Amino acid sequence: MSDINMAGAGSAKKSIKIDLRKYMMVMALVIIWIVFTVLTRGSYFTPRNLTNLFRQAVFTAILATGMFPVIVLGQIDLTVGSIAALAGGLVGMLTTWMGLPFWFAVAIALIAGMAVGIWNGFWVAYRGVPAFIATLSSMLVFRAVLLGMTDGITISPMPEILKGLGAGFLSPVFGYVLAVLACVVMLFIQWNGRSKKIKMNLPTSSLIIEIIKTILTVGLLFGFMYMMASYKGIPVALMIILILFVIFQYVFSSTVFGRRIYAIGGNANACQLAGINIKASTMIVFAMNGVVAAIAGIFLSSRLNSASSAAASGAELDAIAACVIGGISMLGGIGTISGVMIGALVIQSIQNGMSLLDTPSFWQNIVKGLVLLVAVWFDISRKNK
Amino acid sequence: MGTILEARNITKIFPGVRALDNINFSLGEGEIHAICGENGAGKSTLNKVLCGVYPHTDYEGDLLIDGEVSKFKHIADAERKGIAIIHQELSLFNLLSVTENLFVGHEINNGGILDKNAMAKEAYKWIDWLNLEGVLPSMLVGDLGVGKQQLIEIARAIRLTGVRILILDEPTASLTEKETELLHGILMKLRDEGTSIIYVSHKLDDVMELCDKVTVFRDGESVGSADIKDITQDELVGMMVGREISEMYPVMGELPGDEVIFEMKNFNVRERMTHKQVVKDVSLSIRKGEIFGLYGLVGAGRTELISTAYGSDRYIGDGQVFWKGKPLKVKSPVDSLKAGIAYSTEDRKVYGIIPTMSVQKNTTIQFIKSFVNFLSIDKNLEVTRTEEMVDNLGIKTATIETKIVNLSGGNQQKVLLARNLISDIELLILDEPTRGIDVGAKQEIYTIMRELVKSGVTILMISSELPEILGMSDNVGVMHRGRLTCVLDNRAENLTQEMIMEKAAGI
Repeated sequence: MSDINMAGAGSAKKSIKIDLRKYMMVMALVIIWIVFTVLTRGSYFTPRNLTNLFRQAVFTAILATGMFPVIVLGQIDLTVGSIAALAGGLVGMLTTWMGLPFWFAVAIALIAGMAVGIWNGFWVAYRGVPAFIATLSSMLVFRAVLLGMTDGITISPMPEILKGLGAGFLSPVFGYVLAVLACVVMLFIQWNGRSKKIKMNLPTSSLIIEIIKTILTVGLLFGFMYMMASYKGIPVALMIILILFVIFQYVFSSTVFGRRIYAIGGNANACQLAGINIKASTMIVFAMNGVVAAIAGIFLSSRLNSASSAAASGAELDAIAACVIGGISMLGGIGTISGVMIGALVIQSIQNGMSLLDTPSFWQNIVKGLVLLVAVWFDISRKNK
Repeated sequence: MGTILEARNITKIFPGVRALDNINFSLGEGEIHAICGENGAGKSTLNKVLCGVYPHTDYEGDLLIDGEVSKFKHIADAERKGIAIIHQELSLFNLLSVTENLFVGHEINNGGILDKNAMAKEAYKWIDWLNLEGVLPSMLVGDLGVGKQQLIEIARAIRLTGVRILILDEPTASLTEKETELLHGILMKLRDEGTSIIYVSHKLDDVMELCDKVTVFRDGESVGSADIKDITQDELVGMMVGREISEMYPVMGELPGDEVIFEMKNFNVRERMTHKQVVKDVSLSIRKGEIFGLYGLVGAGRTELISTAYGSDRYIGDGQVFWKGKPLKVKSPVDSLKAGIAYSTEDRKVYGIIPTMSVQKNTTIQFIKSFVNFLSIDKNLEVTRTEEMVDNLGIKTATIETKIVNLSGGNQQKVLLARNLISDIELLILDEPTRGIDVGAKQEIYTIMRELVKSGVTILMISSELPEILGMSDNVGVMHRGRLTCVLDNRAENLTQEMIMEKAAGI
């Protein structure tokens, strides 16, 4: 009986695996777009509105990117809204009020973000305070610190150079060049990966499917560029999230650090025995989230051309919602960064569509809340089957 | 005696696997019926069919109770017919009292107000019935031993009126011999009162001693049934594995040399929460190339001692470790792993597997750094090395991307072995390497251990099974109540189970 070797047979016929959950959210997104396009008689699906939609989604997307590893770790961080406000406020104070150079202000803001993250990480990892409590405390403390520093005065305007970050556009030509470059890099990575697998005699997915996939991706990319180009070009904001996305995608799919974060989220006890430093990893993840939240804050202040102590309040909840809608398990260990991006886009698509329909703003939160509930319920009911 | 439960031509298919293939099984009134079989033979699947976890639409075939076809939609339907199951993992609430546990979900109340006195009174009756000396209804269940907890779980199940069929899944897996005896006494009492019992177990000694009938499963089929009095243990093993096991334990290799490779000096260990001292001043040395067996009853402090020496933060402890004659500072498992010492846990679920991850990622996580090429993990190398381990250790899995939780216990254990063996290590600590594993997989693990020793690895094996200790070890250390009472030479002396047991019991 022991000669039944399922291992060999199974891996040979490794076929196209479809992450149902991920595609489900993409489908939901498409449906949302169609519904709003119909309801607004087409004014939703125009280059102008879509450009706006993407620009608006960037802030939540950045915050959610930082939040993603925290949740994968099985933790939570409620501080990011406060960190964003603090970072924006610091940049405003240092430049507009004190006339210091822009780069210096940004550096200080990022360091401040990291410091708050380290503070959170210290209490969670080394002192065993539950993350919910530790970061709730920081949320109150650091917003109050900002309020004390600015005396509640809204700082405006932000320096000229910063305004480009939130409101600027790159020329369509640049966009196309970028798209071509991205395609070349993508093709190279794919071809390289494939030939390496063949060299090591490992199974590869069918060439036709890979080609179809590539054509679809390239088509989507150029379609997107065309749409952006027919309004004003690529928003600078999108470049920020794109860079973050690429970094996080790489770190969490291909590095030891990323792998270990998933493992800790899956079973921290086992990881301790396997020689993984859980405390240090937790600390790093919180510090990272602090830096990313600071980036989001600087971006927000540039988009609004002002910084106030009330900025980004409640933003942490949007970030968490984006993660959850994007398929990150609150129990830890499961989720992808592309899911998070889709989650952020879903939230913003609903918000944008409803504003376009002149729906009273309280409705937006009602719908957002219900979507969150349904997304998680859907996920849970699918798992129980 | 009539038949109370009959399963006719049951077939249950999971994607790609026939978990049950045309199974027939019948349970007589008032009998204790053992189900034996290797892991993955289909025992748990049948249990889940019998107690309604899988609704009748999910399998083919008929389930007859008192001769009538019963179609369960969920567990409650089975409970109504008087079927209760005690799972291997107990479902008690550690922070609640004995009384609260007994009555949870079925509290005695007057219009929603709990009648605590009535419940306490009944709890006393149950404690008495179970012969639980020294247990009070107000004690927290978490403070009792596993054996007592199990009995309370049984009491809870039969307290629900009309339990006629009791299913026990591996009830003695973590019980001491004394606790097992107590449990068996209760089960016989139940049988004599007319309850029918299905007893799933790997421990053939227990089956031979307790049960009236036995049915053997193999690869989803029922191989046959027999009256216990008509069958020997060897025949039973033969039926389970489909081959005679003439030699359970592979022959011992060369005598190990005298060179001490690993030494622990003056170890003291306390529990983290209660600060109770569980290991007292233990020193121990292990020679290169040997299998050192560490025996003791539950609570003797073996895991506490060894996992602390390895660097686990489960307990607080101190002591010195010497590795190849030089002091080794162990602040965390990182230091041990760097030196070439690896540890495989006794508690797969809590300290072993990473349930969210695939077989491959579970295999490579510990030595993941050795797969790094520049900055990235070389995933192709990862796949190749994992496939290699899967082949070498005979891990049965659909693919290496299958989630580890979908594997049987024995195969999960092999994945955890692979996690340690994927790099070159010199000392392998195996904590209960065959707990909850079927006979076939056990033998495979013994063979792997022998081969490892042959290739120069030293093994420290903690075990609660005396035959395993005697069959595998060169030297045997025995612990009793936190102290190392003796080290016996299994090669020179003619050790018997009784000799070791005496030392372990502190006689």
